[in-house]
Amino acid sequence: MVGSATAPLSAPPDWRDQVFAALKAAAIRQVGYVPDAGQARLIELCRADPAICAVPLTSEEEGIGLAAGAWLGGQRAALLMQSSGVGNCINMLSLLKSGRFPLTMLVTMRGEWAEFNPWQVPMGTKTRAALELMDVLVYRVERAEEAAETVAAALDMTFNGGPPTAVLLSQRLIGAKVWVK
Amino acid sequence: MSTSAGSNDSRLANGLERRTAMRLILEQRGDLLLVTGLGSTTYDAAAVTDDDRNFYLWGAMGAAAMIGLGLAIARPDRRVLVVTGDGEMLMGLGALATVAVQCPPNLAIAVFDNGHYGETGMQPSHTDLGVSLAGVAHSCGIARTYDIADEAGLAAFRGDLHQASETLFARVAIRADEPPRVLPSRDGVYLKTRFRRAIGAE
Repeated sequence: MVGSATAPLSAPPDWRDQVFAALKAAAIRQVGYVPDAGQARLIELCRADPAICAVPLTSEEEGIGLAAGAWLGGQRAALLMQSSGVGNCINMLSLLKSGRFPLTMLVTMRGEWAEFNPWQVPMGTKTRAALELMDVLVYRVERAEEAAETVAAALDMTFNGGPPTAVLLSQRLIGAKVWVK
Repeated sequence: MSTSAGSNDSRLANGLERRTAMRLILEQRGDLLLVTGLGSTTYDAAAVTDDDRNFYLWGAMGAAAMIGLGLAIARPDRRVLVVTGDGEMLMGLGALATVAVQCPPNLAIAVFDNGHYGETGMQPSHTDLGVSLAGVAHSCGIARTYDIADEAGLAAFRGDLHQASETLFARVAIRADEPPRVLPSRDGVYLKTRFRRAIGAE
């Protein structure tokens, strides 16, 4: 699942590398993630960076606590997940609201574009609404050239005292999952 | 191990008194940073002393261990202790796997286990019905786990957590009683900011 989306570290930069550069420029030091094929390269880059602690999570809401703890200690965190994971985070987002903790989430979308698996559709079509219900500011990326600047804008917003932010990376951008190989 | 839905009477009778346990675990605290879980452990910590370096949870049930992990990673120069209840830990059991994988040397997690949901009317929790949190933690890969039932055991754990070189997990048997509630601030922004100021992160 990871293999086809993973390029060697020496490959020329693409939008995933530019998004990683945006995380670095914002001094992100902890990255919680539940793996998604669409973020495989980003996860690989985070894991390879000695200045970033990449933390695999058993469920996405763990990343909200991780981010709050990081901020209590003076570090910035980001959270990578698939759209289905947003549903797992709803109650835990109250931690960010109650303590005004900063966090930017990068969410790869499923269930919205050439989706093979209909079970992804219920959460995929409600991802934005679920985040907005908890007052997360939501950005969306449709084209590769917008990805890094959108992530940078979201990071700026949240770490300059604004609300938690989420960047939805569209399924069209990621590419539909190939099920029959 | 209890096999019925009834209470485990020996634990109820023989566990530590929770305020005593919190006081002992915070003795000679030094520069220890403390995170407490939703419910009674927050009251216990506030009853000992409402220290600026305490971060109390009033919600986010299941997050205490993960907050401790993020904090421990961010501040490798400081010892971090999470004290939470069995119900709070059960809601975020996956965090034990996540913590075990990172295993920061400056993190210790203590679960005050009275086998009950004290906030909601003392319904039996899974630990009263047979689940061993120390066993779960150990199976996740936290090699140094403690199952503590007396003050001597707690004192040993306290000594270890100030000098450990790997993550520690302790299950502390607590009597299922409810001492008078001591309620610290519920203002999350205030609690966050005073904590960050106290450790030079603000």
